[in-house]
Amino acid sequence: MSSEIYYRCVSELEAMLDRREIAAVELLRVFMERKSAVDDKVGAFLSEYPDEAMSAAEASDKRRASGAKLGPLDGIPVGLKDLLAVKGQKLTCASRILENYVSPYTGTAMAKLESAGAVFWGRLNMDEFAMGSSCENSAFKKTRNPWDLSRIPGGSSGGSAAAVSAGECACSLGSDTGGSIRQPASLCGVVGLKPTYGLVSRYGLAAFASSLDQIGPFTRSVKDAAILLNAIAGYDKLDSTSVNIGIPDYLSALSPDSLRGAKIGVPSEYFIDGMDPEVRACVEKSIKKCAGLGAEIVEISLPHTDLAIPVYYIIATAEASSNLARYDGVRYTRRSAEARDVVDMYFKSRAEGFGEEVKRRVILGSYVLSSGYYDAYYLRAQKVRTLIRRDFESAFEKVDVILTPTSPTTAFKLGEKVSDPLSMYLNDIFTINVNLAGLPGISVPCGISAGGLPIGLQMIGKAFDEARLLSYAYAFEQASECNGQNPKL
Amino acid sequence: MDIDIDYVARLARIELSEGERQTFAKQLGQILEHFRKLSEVDVSGVEPSAHAHAIYNVWREDSPTPAMSVEDALMNAPAKRDNQIVVPKVVDEA
Repeated sequence: MSSEIYYRCVSELEAMLDRREIAAVELLRVFMERKSAVDDKVGAFLSEYPDEAMSAAEASDKRRASGAKLGPLDGIPVGLKDLLAVKGQKLTCASRILENYVSPYTGTAMAKLESAGAVFWGRLNMDEFAMGSSCENSAFKKTRNPWDLSRIPGGSSGGSAAAVSAGECACSLGSDTGGSIRQPASLCGVVGLKPTYGLVSRYGLAAFASSLDQIGPFTRSVKDAAILLNAIAGYDKLDSTSVNIGIPDYLSALSPDSLRGAKIGVPSEYFIDGMDPEVRACVEKSIKKCAGLGAEIVEISLPHTDLAIPVYYIIATAEASSNLARYDGVRYTRRSAEARDVVDMYFKSRAEGFGEEVKRRVILGSYVLSSGYYDAYYLRAQKVRTLIRRDFESAFEKVDVILTPTSPTTAFKLGEKVSDPLSMYLNDIFTINVNLAGLPGISVPCGISAGGLPIGLQMIGKAFDEARLLSYAYAFEQASECNGQNPKL
Repeated sequence: MDIDIDYVARLARIELSEGERQTFAKQLGQILEHFRKLSEVDVSGVEPSAHAHAIYNVWREDSPTPAMSVEDALMNAPAKRDNQIVVPKVVDEA
């Protein structure tokens, strides 16, 4: 266990609260003080709600005192990516166009956390509308990697990853459309889980690409990820893509021996040229470690892997161009003062409100959906998406889980890729297939590079098989020597 | 590959500066070039996937439930009057 309270897992903090070693209000103060001490450097927070959080923490202490604790998250300070709706709190999507937007309602996953006693105290930076892999597309500030402040935290949920890594909140929620939870988790040395599409309600998640988006947790341990998934998973009639299936207890499913007899697939296509040799060596060592824990390693093939980037950037931008059409100057706070008439209001409000990457993607999405190009791009991409899904279906006939690197490199420097959007897109190579196929994926820390940067291992599971995925990840984590390491800030 | 940036920006309802026009035209051309490998894939007989897990006909009971108040629904509107959103005039008077 870490000596610093802010570096302790949710499960450890829960035990401290239960033993009355600390009160929820004191715990909140620990994280607030940590935030004051380090966030000038890290830059994870966009806004904070200390008074509301303190009232929630006081209510939590009263519940514990009267024996009415709501569960493992009661009194735990949680950070939220700034695209998740909580009534009365700002929701900016890190965009100028929503700079003054305040949520009129609370989304389902957040309502579930609130009713589990979680304390929301801050809203976290991101790439604008979740479009990016470095957090540099935020309209408001740069977030830095707590392990090396000259480097990016990853994206798009860069603030959610950095805040947990730096000990500014005990855990956080983000969203993952093409890797936006797993990639920053990998680069910041924390655990990040993207659940199966349809397991967690998207109601109250500002939409980027609706057929790919999922809400998921950032935590310091796999056990904590299971605790959070227990709280947020489940059918919701307010999300018509939510799937009505039984939800197991993910926490009690965790076993340190689960890799014994497990069948683990390793796709030959995922060990590509241009991959950082240290990442490659570390992931290969992790595969051996799983074998040492009793797993059978099976070489598999996902033959359409190299098509994932074009398929993803066609489907995601097409859906984004439709979803972001609502930001037209009529309903969502920002309307250009320069507009001459109603159509000019659309053009100018969007020109003034959207940042460069958002404009680029909305234009690309409009192009692939436009008359004359729809069949060649959008429809064809949807067909290749079927082939990518089938690749995984065939692989999962032979194996229970698939192991890959989460990201082909460790965290890169701020500014290094910002002028080359295509090279930024290629960074998502290992994560986007999982969204296209709607599968669950988790990134678990598996090593530290010679330069002191975290490396993540991705485990991909069958649809709705999170109980097994988390248990395998837990078994790996318990045997991993990088478990429990923290940045020196 | 060339892209008619003015036409597409008009479809997207985004006014571009001259600098953005030039940068985006070049970058989108490069990105579309990268997409070209999709045209080489044999997709004959393959059904398109709109979602990862197909779900059809999601209905709910046709019964009244509490709805958001007018005040909450309009709280983010840039201009409002009489419980409605004010927009610039759309139709010219004859």
